[in-house]
Amino acid sequence: MRLHLKIWRQAGPDAAGRLVDYVADRISPDMSFLEMLDVVNEALIRNGEDAIAFDSDCREGICGMCSLVVNGVPHGPDRGTTVCQLHMRRFKDGDTITVEPWRAKAFPVMKDLVVDRSAFDRIIAAGGYISVNVGGAPDGNAIPVPKEIADVAMDSAACIGCGACVAACKNASAHLFMSAKISQLALLPQGRAERYRRVLSMIDQADAEGFGSCSNEGECEAVCPKEIPISNIARMTREYVKALWAAGR
Amino acid sequence: MTLDGQVPSGSIGDKWDRHKFEMKLVNPANKRKFTVIVVGTGLAGASAAASLGELGYQVLNFCIQDSPRRAHSIAAQGGINAAKNYQNDGDSIYRLFYDTVKGGDYRSREANVYRLAQLSVNIIDQCVAQGVPFAREYGGLLDNRSFGGAQVSRTFYARGQTGQQLLLGAYQSLMRQVHQRTVRLFTRREMLDLVLVDGKTRGIVCRNLMTGAIERHAADAVILATGGYGTLYYLSTNAVNSNVTASWRAHKRGALFANPCFTQIHPTCIPVTGEHQSKLTLMSESLRNDGRVWVPKKQGDKRPPEQIPEDERDYYLERKYPSFGNLVPRDVASRNAKQVCDDGRGVGDSGLAVYLDFRDAIQRLGVGTIEEKYGNLFHMYKKITDEDAYRVPMRIYPAIHYTMGGLWVDYNLMSNVPGLHVLGEANFSDHGANRLGASALMQGLADGYFVIPYTIGHYLAGAMLPKVTMDHDAFKESSDRVQRHINRLLSVKGARGVREIHRELGRIMWDHVGMSRSEQSLRRALSEIPKLRDEFWHNVSVPGSPDNLNQSLEYAGRVADYLEFAELLTLDALERRESCGGHFREESQTPDGEALRDDANYTYVAAWEFTGVGSAPIVHKEPLNFEEVHPTQRSYK
Ligand SMILES: Cc1cc2nc3c(=O)[nH]c(=O)nc-3n(C[C@H](O)[C@H](O)[C@H](O)COP(=O)(O)OP(=O)(O)OC[C@H]3O[C@@H](n4cnc5c(N)ncnc54)[C@H](O)[C@@H]3O)c2cc1C
Ligand code: FES
Repeated sequence: MRLHLKIWRQAGPDAAGRLVDYVADRISPDMSFLEMLDVVNEALIRNGEDAIAFDSDCREGICGMCSLVVNGVPHGPDRGTTVCQLHMRRFKDGDTITVEPWRAKAFPVMKDLVVDRSAFDRIIAAGGYISVNVGGAPDGNAIPVPKEIADVAMDSAACIGCGACVAACKNASAHLFMSAKISQLALLPQGRAERYRRVLSMIDQADAEGFGSCSNEGECEAVCPKEIPISNIARMTREYVKALWAAGR
Repeated sequence: MTLDGQVPSGSIGDKWDRHKFEMKLVNPANKRKFTVIVVGTGLAGASAAASLGELGYQVLNFCIQDSPRRAHSIAAQGGINAAKNYQNDGDSIYRLFYDTVKGGDYRSREANVYRLAQLSVNIIDQCVAQGVPFAREYGGLLDNRSFGGAQVSRTFYARGQTGQQLLLGAYQSLMRQVHQRTVRLFTRREMLDLVLVDGKTRGIVCRNLMTGAIERHAADAVILATGGYGTLYYLSTNAVNSNVTASWRAHKRGALFANPCFTQIHPTCIPVTGEHQSKLTLMSESLRNDGRVWVPKKQGDKRPPEQIPEDERDYYLERKYPSFGNLVPRDVASRNAKQVCDDGRGVGDSGLAVYLDFRDAIQRLGVGTIEEKYGNLFHMYKKITDEDAYRVPMRIYPAIHYTMGGLWVDYNLMSNVPGLHVLGEANFSDHGANRLGASALMQGLADGYFVIPYTIGHYLAGAMLPKVTMDHDAFKESSDRVQRHINRLLSVKGARGVREIHRELGRIMWDHVGMSRSEQSLRRALSEIPKLRDEFWHNVSVPGSPDNLNQSLEYAGRVADYLEFAELLTLDALERRESCGGHFREESQTPDGEALRDDANYTYVAAWEFTGVGSAPIVHKEPLNFEEVHPTQRSYK
C-alpha cells in the first residue's frame, strides 16, 4: 500500500506546530499503525532527518502510552482499540491519513505527537487509592466480595489511563477517567471507608488541572479503547452528591 | 573476589524470621534522614518506593515512561502464584518452594526461593486490601487457576490483566506517598550511570528525556528495579522501551552480572508475520489450561485444521508428557514446538507455528465459559491475526519473554557493590534457569513490599555514610562520561538506522543463542557480535539534537549497550556446557532429546566481572547447595 500522511510536527512545547506531508510506501496490511510510522521514521533517519516523535511502549493495548489522533478520532477508527493495535488492513491503498497529538489544555504538547499527561497522575495522587500501608492486611478471603460486584469493579479498573476520553471531549473533561477509578474503589468493600473523601479530592484536583466539566456528550465512551461505560460517570456523580451532603459543603 | 550469598543459618523454615530479628533497624525518627533512589516503577520498583515512603525514608523514584503506571509489568496477563491453599488441593509453602526450585532446574538459591514462597501469601492479602479486583467465585471468595509446572491451582488472577491490576495497586500506593511527599517522582528520566564514592553507591546520573539535561541525584543507597533484557533479541514479548542499560552501566561500575544466558522463551506467542514487526504478542500461558496443542502427524500437511481428522493429529505434549500434558513448563513446551517445526510439521504460511485448539473445551464447557475466562485474549488474537479462535485453532510459536539472569545479589538483595540493591526481573535470584509462570509478579512484589523494607534498613544502619553532595568529583566524572557517550553517538552520522542494526543483532541472537545453542553456533555469534558493534560505531545514523526529546538518541544508547552485553550473554552460554532450564546445549541431551544437566560441574551461579569492552570478563562462581530439594533429572512425563 502507498499512503499519504499529514503528520503534526512541533519542535517543542513553545514552538508553533503544523501538519507536514509524508508518503508511506510499501506498507503491508499486517503492520500495526505504529509499525507503519516506524517505517516512515526509518526512512527519515537514513536521510539524517529528525524522526517523528510519538509515544509507545507495550504495543499491545495495555500500557496506555500510545496516543495518536487518527483522522480526527483518538486511537483511530476501530472501536475498543488502541492505536498500537490498529492494523493497516483497516486502510486502503492511496488513502490520506491525518495524525495529530491529543489536544487538551491539561495535556500540553511536548514535541510532535508527544503530550504531557502528568495531570492524570496528580489526580490519582489526590485520592485515587485505598490508604493501606504494607503489612497488617487481613487474609485475602476475610471479606467476601460477591462475584457480580467484583466483575463490575474489574470492568472499571480496566482503564489504561491513556487520556483518549479527554482528547475526544469538547470540554476536555477527565470524568470518564476519574469515574472509572472512583467506581472501582467505591464498589469494593475495601474502598468504602474513604469513598467521600476520595471523590471530593479527585474532582477538586481535576478542576485545578484545567480539565472541563461533563455535558453528557458520550464521545469519551465511544473512543475508549477499553470500552469503559459512561455509567461510571453517573455513579461518580451520585458519589459526589452524597459526599457533598456528608461534608456539609 | 569471594561471593558470599549471606544466607542466614538455621533451618530453611526459620531463616527469614531469624534474619528479620537479627538485622539492624533504623529508628523511625532517623528514617527521614536517609535518601533512597529507586530506579523503576514496575511491580518491583513501585512496591519498593511505596513501602519505603510509608516507612518514612526520603525516596526518589525514576522511570522512563511518562507515568509510573506504564512500566512493562502492566502487560502481564495470566496471574500471580501464592501458596494460600484456598483450593484444599494440597498446596503449601513447601510445595511452592519445591516447585520453584525444581522448575528452575536446580540453579537457584534455595533460601531465597523459600522466602519467596513464604511471602507469597502476604502479597495476596496486601493486594486485596489495596482494592485489586481479583477474580472471585460466586461465594465471593478468591478464585484460582493452574499454570505450567504445577499440579495444584495456586494462581490468582484478574481476568487477563493481572499485571495491570497489581501494578495499579502498587502505583496507587506510590501516588499516595507522592502526595504525602515522602516520594518524589522523576518520570521520563533514563538512568545512564551509577555513582560510587569511596566504594559505596551514592547516586545516579540520568538524562531528562524531555529536555536532554544530564541530571545528578545523590542518595544513601540505590535500588535498581529496571526489568529484564528480553529486547536484546529485538523481537520479544517485552515492551519496546525495555532495556539492559541501567543494569549494564552498573555492571561497568563493578556490579557482577549473573547467569546472563538464562533466558526464557515463552511457548505461546503469536507467530512472526514479517520484517516490519516491532514486537511479538504473548497469548497467556493460562490458555494451556483449556487449549490443546497439536500439529499434523504428516510432514508438510497443508490442509486447513478442521479438515485434519482426529487420528491424523499429533497432540505431542499429551503424548510425551502424560502427567503434565499441555501444562509442562515453558522451556519444555517451547523446545517441543521447535522440534515439531524443525521436523517439517509446523503449520501456517511460514511453517513456524503449532495449533492451540479450543474445540474440545468449547464442546465441554460452552462458548460462554471460554469467553468468560479468555475473552480478552481471543479478542487480542483476532485484532492481530484477523482470525476467530472460537472457530479455528490459534497458531502459536515460541518467543523470548523473560530473563532469569540479572545483576548478582545476596540474600539481602544487595549486589557486590555496597549500597546497590537490585529487585524484580533485573536481579538473578529466584528463578534459576527457568521461571515458572505467574512467579515473576510474585517475586517483584515480594522483593518490593516485604524484603527490601527490612534489608535496606540493615544496610543503612550499618554503613558509614558521610554526606555527599552533587558537586563531588565522582558526580562530575560520571556526568562527563555520560555526556561524552551521547556526543559520540550523535557524531557518527552514518547511513544506517538504529532499528536496522538492532534487528540484525536480534537475528544473530535468535539464530545462534536462542532456543537451542551449540559450541559452533555460539562461537559464530561471538565472531559476529563485535563486527556488528563496529558497524554500529562507524555507520549508525542518530539524527536530532541532544538537548530536547530525541527518541532516536535514546534508542541508540540502549542498542549500543546491547551490542556489548550480547557478547557477555553468549560467552556465558558457551561456558555453561550443560543444558538446564531455558539454556539448551545441543551437546548435552538425553537419548530421547530432553535437556541433560551436569550437576557435577555446573551447580553454580556464574557471576561475571566487567574488564572492558571487547576484553574477556572474569567469572566468579557462587556454588549452590541443595539441602532440601535434591536435584534429580526433571521429568514431567
Ligand atoms: C507479555 C507479558 C506477560 C507476562 N505475564 C506474566 C504473568 O502472567 N505472571 C507473571 O508472574 N509474570 C508475567 N510476566 C513477567 C513479568 O511481567 C515481569 O517479569 C515483571 O513485571 C517485571 O517487573 P519489574 O518490576 O522487575 O520490571 P518492569 O515492570 O519491567 O519495570 C521496569 C521499570 O524500570 C524503568 N527503567 C528501565 N530502565 C530504566 C533506566 N535506564 N532508567 C530509568 N528507569 C528505567 C522502567 O521505566 C520501568 O518503570 C509477563 C511478561 C510479559 C512480557
Ligand atoms: S503502546 Fe501500550 S497501549 Fe499502545
